[in-house]
Amino acid sequence: MRRTLQNVPLLLLISMIIFGILSQAPGGPLTPYLQNPHITEADIARLKHNLGLDQPVPIQYLHWLGRVVTGDFGYSTSNSESVTDAILERMPATLELMSTALGISIVLGVLFGILSAVRQYSWVDYTITTLAFFGQSMPVFWFALMLQLAFAVTGITAFGYHIALPSSGISSSDTFDLGDRIEHLILPTIVLSLAYLASFSRFMRSSMLEVIHTDYMRTASAKGLSRVKVIMKHGFRNALIPLVTIIALTLPDLVGGAVVTETLFAWPGMGRLFINALGQFDFAVLMGVLVLGAFFVVFCNLLADIAYAWLDPRVKYS
Amino acid sequence: MIEGEPALIDVRQTPGLSEEAGTEVSRNTTWRRFRKNRVAFVGAVILLLMVLFAAVGPLVYPVDPNAIDQVHWTGYPLAPGVAGHVLGTDENGRDLLARLMAGAQISLTVAVSAVVLSVVIGTVLGAISGFYGGWIDFWIMRATDVVLCIPLLPLLLVLTAIVSATSNKASLSFVVIVVLIGALSWPGIARLVRASFLSLREREFAEAARAIGDSDARIIFRHLLPNAVAPIIVSATLGIAGVILLESTLSFLGFGIQPPQASWGNMLANAQSTITIAPWVAIFPGLCILIVSLAINYLGDGLRDALDPNQR
Repeated sequence: MRRTLQNVPLLLLISMIIFGILSQAPGGPLTPYLQNPHITEADIARLKHNLGLDQPVPIQYLHWLGRVVTGDFGYSTSNSESVTDAILERMPATLELMSTALGISIVLGVLFGILSAVRQYSWVDYTITTLAFFGQSMPVFWFALMLQLAFAVTGITAFGYHIALPSSGISSSDTFDLGDRIEHLILPTIVLSLAYLASFSRFMRSSMLEVIHTDYMRTASAKGLSRVKVIMKHGFRNALIPLVTIIALTLPDLVGGAVVTETLFAWPGMGRLFINALGQFDFAVLMGVLVLGAFFVVFCNLLADIAYAWLDPRVKYS
Repeated sequence: MIEGEPALIDVRQTPGLSEEAGTEVSRNTTWRRFRKNRVAFVGAVILLLMVLFAAVGPLVYPVDPNAIDQVHWTGYPLAPGVAGHVLGTDENGRDLLARLMAGAQISLTVAVSAVVLSVVIGTVLGAISGFYGGWIDFWIMRATDVVLCIPLLPLLLVLTAIVSATSNKASLSFVVIVVLIGALSWPGIARLVRASFLSLREREFAEAARAIGDSDARIIFRHLLPNAVAPIIVSATLGIAGVILLESTLSFLGFGIQPPQASWGNMLANAQSTITIAPWVAIFPGLCILIVSLAINYLGDGLRDALDPNQR
């Protein structure tokens, strides 16, 4: 509880800093209007006054904060949409993409990590670690381009099948069609999963290797349990503990979305909302997305601590 | 391939102790251990080749990276080999190989400079934090929390967007990118150095230095820092790969290095639209990024095993 409360000032400080940074933009929240030739300087002055922008930045911040506490993130300056609505509208698409990608990478990452550790220095291990290194070093946007080149532009013919996948959007039409939705998910999911898979499998591998050399594992083998049982029952569960932390720290991406992947695949989620807002310098939207992102980072940090203490009772926070 | 696992049994030692391991082995052992790690060695060689590609390449292949081939270019990218363009041209008729070399210069310089900056900031703050403790430590650590809690890529995008809106786009130069990335990526190093210093400051030699009346600055930089250098080197090496990816992403999205100045990232910015007719424009710059960051990651991993076998 005390740790939860400690995070409140941290969040306030973060939102203050972000607000301060965003206010440095030459026109502030009115930047989009400044580029419009039909809006005169008198209009700008009137708008400024109406929106309270003629007041000092700290006062503006307090006004913003007061509204945010009630769940109102203000209005988009480019299309007057409520930011809260805009975010809520984009959230499902991002959640759909990110949870698929995270789910797949967690399952495969754990599996690869265990395989890699159990068969250390075998070809399986080398293949998996090499794959992990590639995943870590891969420029996401280029990987996306290459996948689009291979699967979306020309399509690939393999095993007598011609595989062509859609490379943009979340669906082909407004009517819901599960197969179509899944087809649209495949490429962006692969792109997103690669990096997560790489980090999860490396963590799982080293944590599993650590566990394999412990006394209780030797005891378990010594009392005659089968290797599979030793690994799965005694090793796996203990090796999972550090991974939980890593996963919790990755969760904020669920909200922030993947700016690059969503942009390249024209995915109608939070990441693209952010990029579009950035192009027009849409103050309220940028502020909303960034603060929400930071909030989830803080929240998931806390979650990671709690999960860690719960899974490993030896850990005590003073 | 990836070594250092034999040491895993004593991983359960107290945190902080591992950082000193690097200093206890002689330079010779470190080098031998590094040589033994063949993949890391290959990584170092590839990195060296890429540096040569950036530095010497333009002398061997003296083509202006920004010149448009007015004679042959018809509005579409020229294919590799056509009209003397070894790797073809981009959508504006500029020689791709020459641009890759110019891009290598920019990407590598940005990465190294930004990492140097973040290492300097991180080391100084981490050292002060760990050495003095108390309220100084408290506030420096809160500052790292704040920086770590704001999602890095979106924050960088906003900052570069503001800089480019305040002045003109062209001013969003090399220096701005370096300073922004450097100024936002120090927390990792700061935490690392702080952890080392927390234990180092209690050691006998630190006490001895204090006893003979050395100044704090001298104790920090002459006595403690050399003992904390191994994890810094490893983390800085891996950081270079991270910054190369970060810079290329920013440039790709149009908020990094601005054209006509070539960078591996901005060379790919328009590649998506011509990918059907000119895949080579999209393939080569990304391949360079992948190869370099792969080489650096292997190098860094090898360095970690060689310098600091207990840390994994």
